[in-house]
Amino acid sequence: MSHRVRTVLFLVGGAGLAALLGWAFSGLPAFGEYHGVYGRLINRETLGQTHALSAIAAVTFDYRGFDTLGEEFILLASVLGVALLLREARERDVDASRGAETFDPIRATGLVAVPVVFLLGLFVITHGYLTPGGGFQGGVVTGLAIVLVWLATDFRSYAALVRKPLADLADGLGAGAYVAVGVGGLLAGGAFLESFIPRGTIGELTSSGTIGLLSWAAGIEVAGAMLLLASEFLEELLARRER
Amino acid sequence: MSYLPFALAGWLFLVGLYGVVTSRNLIHLVVCLAVVQSSTYVLLLAIGYVKGGTTPIFNGIPIGTKTVDPVVQALTLTDVVVSVTSLALLLAIAVEVHKRTGTLDPDELREQRG
Repeated sequence: MSHRVRTVLFLVGGAGLAALLGWAFSGLPAFGEYHGVYGRLINRETLGQTHALSAIAAVTFDYRGFDTLGEEFILLASVLGVALLLREARERDVDASRGAETFDPIRATGLVAVPVVFLLGLFVITHGYLTPGGGFQGGVVTGLAIVLVWLATDFRSYAALVRKPLADLADGLGAGAYVAVGVGGLLAGGAFLESFIPRGTIGELTSSGTIGLLSWAAGIEVAGAMLLLASEFLEELLARRER
Repeated sequence: MSYLPFALAGWLFLVGLYGVVTSRNLIHLVVCLAVVQSSTYVLLLAIGYVKGGTTPIFNGIPIGTKTVDPVVQALTLTDVVVSVTSLALLLAIAVEVHKRTGTLDPDELREQRG
């Protein structure tokens, strides 16, 4: 199929789709006027039931914790896919000693930023149920804090810091820990993923039952996943430069 | 005016799809797919918005305060995570394709396969 035929076909189909979308959207409640019963119920009940200040964290790690389990495994599967694809095809390990020297001010500022961003990531994971944040967001920040080491210095320093088996382990352990916390609910006589530790006082770090644990599991997995993805693509880049 | 966010979601979806259909480079194609995916975030968040509502984080605000829908916000979070990882997988596939065939143009790939 030539480019032109394909474009014309899309324009016809796209116009039809646009019309259908317009029709569907016109049947939705106007922007800001939707009053979903589920959301309103959660907003009313979440404090009493989960002791989590953030209703979003409560939905992610408690009410819909099972969905998040699925999401964790989608994440794990995709990252495994990337690692398998890129590692299998790479002929040999890259020589990590090569790498461009960075400009001194960049190196200094970057390295100062690393611990700050890392701590911020851990804070976001820890306080997910008290403030905006949670395991997924915090995991990305934590993982990318370490990628900053590469940006600030060179691949050698980064590779010395990130042992790939460790990133693999973090990724798998995070997903495993999530399931383990879920099974903990079963062992305590409740349902899978039901909170089995005391909910604590609202607003305190020790509150919210298993939401905190699940948040940490997700955070560790996501941080590992980010590191793994960054390492794989970086090595790929270096392997190509060598050739 | 009140349907503008929905129109934006629809537009992002279509414009991204146009990019996917007419793309001549696999990396460009993956970025277009990211545009399609972002339309779903806009749609989800637009549906859950409540006029005058604040964030559903009850830190210093009493229960019963008008807040936006927390369910769609959590769904958007899921959506973002899944999109990012699937994009990473697609980019890895693009890297492999380039390594094996020396091209990123989908049309040329078809010719090569014969």
